[in-house]
Amino acid sequence: MLNKNFYLILIISLVFAISFWIGFNVNLLPAEASINAPIYDELFKILFIIGLIIFIGMTIAVVYSLFKFRKRNDQIGDGIALEGNLSLEIVWTIIPSIIVLLIGLYSYNIYDRMGGMKELNHNHEMMSSNTEKIWAGISQTSDNEIAINNLSIEVSAMQFAFLFNYPKGNFISGELHVPVDQKVSMKMESKDVIHAFWVPEFRIKQDIIPGQPTILNFTPTKVGKYPIICAELCGPYHGGMRASIIVEEESDYNEWFNKNKKPEVNL
Amino acid sequence: MTISLDPQKTNNESLQPKGWLRYFSFSLDHKVIGIQYLVCGFLFYLIGGTLASAIRIELASPMSDFMPRDVYNQVLTLHGTIMIFLWIVPVVNGAFGNYLIPFYVGARDMAFPRLNAVAFWLIPPSGLMLVASYFVEGAAQAGWTAYPPLSITTPQSGQIIWILSVLLLGGSSIFGGINFIATIIKLRRPGLKLMQLPMYCWAMLGTSLLVVLSTPVLAGTLILLSFDIIAHTGFFNPVLGGNVVVYQHLFWFYSHPAVYIMVLPAFGLVSEILPVHARKPLFGYTTMVFSIMGIVVLGLVVWAHHMFTSGTPPWMRLFFTIATAFIAVPTGIKFFNWVATLWGGKISINSAMLFSCGFIINFVFGGITGVALAQVPFDIHVHDTYFVVAHFHYIVYGGTVFIIFSSIYHWFPKVTGKMLNEKLGILHFIITFIGFNLCFAPQHWLGLNGMPRRVAEYDPQFQFVNQISSLGALLMAISTIPFLINVFLSVRNGKNAGDNPWNALTPEWLTSSPPPVENWEGEAPLVEEPYGYGKEISEQK
Amino acid sequence: MTTLDSSKEIQKNNSEVKETHEDFRMFGLITFLIADGMTFAGFFAAYLTYKAVNPLPDGAIYELELPIPTLNTILLLVSSATFHKAGKALLKDKNSDSQKWLFFTAFLGIIFLICQLFEYFHLPFGLTDNLFASTFYALTGFHGLHVTLGTLMILIIAWQSRINGGRLTSQNMFPLEAVELYWHFVDGIWVILFIILYLL
Ligand code: HEA
Ligand code: HEA
Ligand code: CUA
Ligand SMILES: [Cu+2]
Repeated sequence: MLNKNFYLILIISLVFAISFWIGFNVNLLPAEASINAPIYDELFKILFIIGLIIFIGMTIAVVYSLFKFRKRNDQIGDGIALEGNLSLEIVWTIIPSIIVLLIGLYSYNIYDRMGGMKELNHNHEMMSSNTEKIWAGISQTSDNEIAINNLSIEVSAMQFAFLFNYPKGNFISGELHVPVDQKVSMKMESKDVIHAFWVPEFRIKQDIIPGQPTILNFTPTKVGKYPIICAELCGPYHGGMRASIIVEEESDYNEWFNKNKKPEVNL
Repeated sequence: MTISLDPQKTNNESLQPKGWLRYFSFSLDHKVIGIQYLVCGFLFYLIGGTLASAIRIELASPMSDFMPRDVYNQVLTLHGTIMIFLWIVPVVNGAFGNYLIPFYVGARDMAFPRLNAVAFWLIPPSGLMLVASYFVEGAAQAGWTAYPPLSITTPQSGQIIWILSVLLLGGSSIFGGINFIATIIKLRRPGLKLMQLPMYCWAMLGTSLLVVLSTPVLAGTLILLSFDIIAHTGFFNPVLGGNVVVYQHLFWFYSHPAVYIMVLPAFGLVSEILPVHARKPLFGYTTMVFSIMGIVVLGLVVWAHHMFTSGTPPWMRLFFTIATAFIAVPTGIKFFNWVATLWGGKISINSAMLFSCGFIINFVFGGITGVALAQVPFDIHVHDTYFVVAHFHYIVYGGTVFIIFSSIYHWFPKVTGKMLNEKLGILHFIITFIGFNLCFAPQHWLGLNGMPRRVAEYDPQFQFVNQISSLGALLMAISTIPFLINVFLSVRNGKNAGDNPWNALTPEWLTSSPPPVENWEGEAPLVEEPYGYGKEISEQK
Repeated sequence: MTTLDSSKEIQKNNSEVKETHEDFRMFGLITFLIADGMTFAGFFAAYLTYKAVNPLPDGAIYELELPIPTLNTILLLVSSATFHKAGKALLKDKNSDSQKWLFFTAFLGIIFLICQLFEYFHLPFGLTDNLFASTFYALTGFHGLHVTLGTLMILIIAWQSRINGGRLTSQNMFPLEAVELYWHFVDGIWVILFIILYLL
């Protein structure tokens, strides 16, 4: 009997060990380039490990039963007439409940750290400027912060391109340039159908819904060029609807900005 | 009011065509209708699979070179729609439900045989219409979700035909659902208690409740959508003051329960198959029943997890996260119970058993990615990417389709009186299992790393992984060959099965194979313990 | 070991039970009405959401006139009562009375439809004018369709309850009961519709 328990414990620890090892050593995600990304990857790691434990455990249980309890040629008759076991069933109701609850609380915490619960989001239709409603994507900034932030960019999405309007510089660009380590606030609008703004390296995505101007904030942390991908089916060229986001040092950014800046048109 | 079944009714049956012709008639026999559903569904599976092959060929190279981009969108829309509405739903509900439920409740037919036949005969025309729309002016190309405003702005004729055929299929499924509920609750043989029903009845009861409660909402939504397209109203058209998110809520109010409509019957079917081949009673009957009902209730209140990036307010996101993740609990109970059913049994390793175990493994994988997707912060990155595609193929293919095959291996002897060839069956299983995992496992990585779904062209860095996936799809296509050969050979000269080759205890095996027209020569048996394996006969009463 | 033989034994032991069952057509109808009600629920949910989150453009809010819909509400409620009378009469084998009540019910239904059409023609907005207008027509139109269907069915059963050769008798009440339940359902929906569309 002791022997049996010993093997059980051995196998369970092995499953845990393997899962933790894989979870910490196998990276399935692209580079981390915004302050959301490391937070996201933390959640991913935990979910990955829990998932692996459950999956490997279940697979071993099934394969083992198939092998151990297979019907040998000389056997006849049925297995034991076991119809249930209340305490076992309670155990496997409660354990998943606890896991699920913990995962839920944890991802709430992650969501909060990403800025999902910030003021702006609480109010579904905040920031009414001329009775216009504004929706919010995940954001790490509160209402007032947006107002002082001078890095606000207007994004318009249309079939099949993104356009980035820099109101401060009075110009429109097909590429999104932003300085590193600064909060960027975008107001996104769609001209026709639903599109979505996705930067995998930033781990952010937000649908751009016609009729619902939406705010999305992020802070890039790594210099480089990353793809902006439209993630919502928007027509035949949906797959080609891409743009680039170029994260650069502040000086480079200013240079680019000043080069493109157009003088105010005086009326 | 009490009506006694008139024994003379049998004579009506002679008016029905005999022989294979009856499968092309407006037959009222539930067994004939069941087979009609199955064969019709399988033909649509081949069409849907051909479309899937076209998708995988296109995606073998990063350029959009195999077909024009709009055709690609039509192909993926038709693929999704056909697989869901014409293959999975009609087969796990219609085919097996019709064939088995009357046996399980000890009845001679369904509660409303005529309605039943009508429900089936709605399917072939609407399916053909859907496929034909491709050749008219191009099929719908807004995805199976048909989100406006895209679905309003793409060519009209295809979208309208799509709506029409989904409405008809929805109607068919509502009629089916009403029939199942009435049959299970009202047509039970006297003396048969609810808690003695085989598990598949419970699964179908739960499924039918979902069908009846949610499908009408889809119908209403699609009617509004068609108004937007034809009459230029503005329900979902922001230009005219409408609101596209309302469509998404209404659509997912149906389409999330629809995923349980696709999988609950499969849960029921495994619960029938495992005990027979493991020679053990189904573990935890009562908790199984409660978990089914738990899934039904929870399934109705989680729809917005498909809309985490659509500007839903935070409290809503959190509510739907928690509710969705909790579905893992009742589902988990079922899986643990199945493993416990296997544990300590005397398991025959045959095709039915292998496909069922493949189902458990694949579904757990798909379910776990599902629980991950349910977490808002996680979903925000992977929404609308290949991660989601991988998630649901693990469930619909690795889960439900595996169970359909398993059930075919299990009930083929019942339906035809012939055995299927086990060697070919195991070959079928091995190729399917390898091909399936090869095709869909790599897609998780694709999604995480930046490949959105529904694209005909993609970043060349993903080419290699996509080719592996396409190779997997090729294997899956190949795996249908041994299956088809097996079925054709066995129908013609398979080994004779006898009435009850598996020594099973559920009522459908207590009659001849194939069963007579009214199911039993004499009285329907009263099976109080459908899973009484390993018990002394005396204990069985 | 359990084999088929033992099961066959069970089969024999229980073969004395007589094969009877309840009439479940009503049960099927109720299930259908629940489904139908869900369609309306979807429409209502959409309407209420629009009302909450999609303000109409300026000058687009239309006051609905109350007299006609109030009259319609009364018509439907009365028709429910008259239908009930028809059922009572049939139960007492007074077929011609029953038929009269049925015709009267159908008549009320027709008046309802005429009133609704009248309202449609005199409303200051058309189907595609704005979101409110579209939802208004979708809701009332879908309900009107139900009333039309119901009226036709009432006329059919009224014809069937004729004294000589009619199929509807106190022995065979089902068609009447079914249509009656349907009619009450349509009434109930109208009341909800009246409250949220006209009064809210
Ligand atoms: C039969 C079909 C089916 C089934 C059963 C499921 C089951 C589940 N699905 Fe899935 N899903 C789809 C089909 C299905 N899904 C489809 C088609 C889509 C895409 C639609 C589209 O956009 O086109 C989709 C999309 C989808 C999304 C949206 C993704 C997005 O678009 O961004 C989400 C998010 O929450 C989700 C979650 C879940 C969850 C939590 C379950 C759960 O029910 C799973 C529960 C099961 C388990 C968890 C495994 C067994 C449990 C245990 C072994 C216990 C222990 C486990 C734990 C404690 C975790 N699914
Ligand atoms: C519900 C069930 C279901 C099933 C069973 C499948 C089965 C398969 N699916 Fe599907 N799929 C969906 C439901 C399903 N799918 C849905 C809902 C979508 C979303 C659509 C949308 O975005 O709107 C989707 C989308 C989807 C995509 C994403 C497209 C995109 O977003 O761009 C891909 C890509 O790989 C894919 C692949 C496959 C493959 C390779 C199979 C394979 O398993 C198929 C294997 C079967 C065969 C290969 C058939 C073999 C037969 C032949 C080859 C023909 C022989 C012919 C004759 C004898 C006449 N599917
Ligand atoms: Cu824009 Cu896809
Ligand atoms: Cu869902």
